[in-house]
Amino acid sequence: MSIDTLPRATRSDNRRARPPGRRWRSRLDIKAMPYALVSPYFLLFAAFGLFPLAFTLYYSLYDYDLTGTTEWAGLGNYTALLGDDDFWRATVNTVAMFLIATVPQMLLALFLANALNKRMRFRLAIRMSVLLPLVTSVVAVAVVFTQLFARDWGLVNWLLGMFGVENTNWRAERVPSWIAIATMVDWRWTGYNAIIFLAGMQTIPRDLYEAASIDGASQRRQFWQITLPMLRPTMIFVVLNSTIGGLTLFSEPMTFYNGNPDGGSQGQFQTVAMFVYKEAFREFDYGYASAAAWLLFLLILIGAAINFLFVRRIGGTR
Amino acid sequence: MTMWKPSVLTKVLLGLAIFLSAFPLYWMLVIASRTNSDAVASPPRFLPGGNLGQNIIAVLEHPEAKFVAGLTNSFIVASVVTISVILISTLAGFAFANLNFRGRNALLLLVLLTMAVPLQQMGVVPLYRVMVSLDWTGTLKAVILPYLLNGFGVFLMTQYTRQSVPMELVEAARVDGASTLRIWWNIVLPAVRPGMAVLGINTFMLMWNDYMWPLIVLNQDNPTVQIAINSLNARYSTEYSLIFAGTALSIIPLIAVFVAFGRQIVGGLMEGAVKA
Repeated sequence: MSIDTLPRATRSDNRRARPPGRRWRSRLDIKAMPYALVSPYFLLFAAFGLFPLAFTLYYSLYDYDLTGTTEWAGLGNYTALLGDDDFWRATVNTVAMFLIATVPQMLLALFLANALNKRMRFRLAIRMSVLLPLVTSVVAVAVVFTQLFARDWGLVNWLLGMFGVENTNWRAERVPSWIAIATMVDWRWTGYNAIIFLAGMQTIPRDLYEAASIDGASQRRQFWQITLPMLRPTMIFVVLNSTIGGLTLFSEPMTFYNGNPDGGSQGQFQTVAMFVYKEAFREFDYGYASAAAWLLFLLILIGAAINFLFVRRIGGTR
Repeated sequence: MTMWKPSVLTKVLLGLAIFLSAFPLYWMLVIASRTNSDAVASPPRFLPGGNLGQNIIAVLEHPEAKFVAGLTNSFIVASVVTISVILISTLAGFAFANLNFRGRNALLLLVLLTMAVPLQQMGVVPLYRVMVSLDWTGTLKAVILPYLLNGFGVFLMTQYTRQSVPMELVEAARVDGASTLRIWWNIVLPAVRPGMAVLGINTFMLMWNDYMWPLIVLNQDNPTVQIAINSLNARYSTEYSLIFAGTALSIIPLIAVFVAFGRQIVGGLMEGAVKA
């Protein structure tokens, strides 16, 4: 791909030889075509992004009931949600599962990435195998893990039983159900995040490490003092991704209760996304569901802001 | 340089990671190839049995799961969305990377902002009501249309085009009298092919796996494969060998894509991460 292959003389000849009508057309092509090229995206954005967002806000200000009548509610849906124990429980569940899943996941992914960064044989095969969980389908995996976490015959309880632990009813109790679901999330995403971290690690200049080893810094110290701070941009990307994914968690807890949005008999693992789904498509309370969707968005913004501040601290200020 | 050599601990850690990544899939195969009573046996059976074919036929012929329709529909939805997203993204990416127009930076920023909003969860209620009023519920276009909006695709292709198509080349072609679309077709598309592959694989997997929106707009008579599994799981949750055969069928296309394009997927992910 070299432009030297195009002789300059012929180019300017072409320009001079162009008839006037064609020049006008080419001016239009240059001026208008860029907008035509980006317009499909923005038309789709208007139809399937902006419009639903705006109407969700509009719906959230009305009361809908099963007969189809609507009534202005003002902020009534929002105040009702803030006083709704079910909504708070879903929020606590979501945040708790997010934390239980994300904190170990980030640490594991970092150490896994560090290990993947070593020189060794079968590099591609090893990287592919840690990515394997990502290409499986969420529902399929949730079905498998639900069986693994079954109370009486699940493999997890059987394994724990060998160490004398009594059978846990993973689905019936709050914290165990959170752990089971967080395990599904981590199984899927740890390898992916490790690969992303690995990509970030490979952009760190090697002379930094060489200089550090000459100064006598241990490998562990190099990891904490060089690798981690230099990974900050990658970490912001990974953490933001996990925050959005984690706070909108839906498929795994749905499948864990066989496709039911109640999230267990006591709602012990119902997430906010499931709450929205249940209010909208089982109770047909569109206004209430829309208000909950906006509060979920607020939750994501708060989560993203906290994470951003936290990650900024990790690397120190530079 | 000792630090680039793996220690024994590193090797053990990697071995464990590989084992844990593969085990649930192996377990899926074990249960899918056994009988129901084996699935609840204690101690657990760890080796595959001989009923895989039988279980797969059972799930394909199951009258309520509509599994064949589910596989076909998922394939249609994923393919249509993938091709459209590639088209839309390469066009817009080319404009953002190589063409000058007023408002370019502001529009690109808008694309970035849309990426941060979880539109799927946020907008489900109005989107659903639109589909109802158009009488599109239960049809595949209701699933396909909202997913043609893909900010990540536009962003990725902008980055790719910026990197692999030099401005000088575009300008030279223009001086030679090539129209914008011709430049896109003859110069940009061949140059960004690796980026298109990454975006395509990514989009296909995302669509194949999608669950919430099809669950809302489709019904059990015309499902995608995830919805077919969901209906089986909802009504026959203890028919493990049946459901596991279904889940195994549902991930075979993905595993096939992964094995065929593994190098590109790993490479593309790592490249995309550094660019982002």
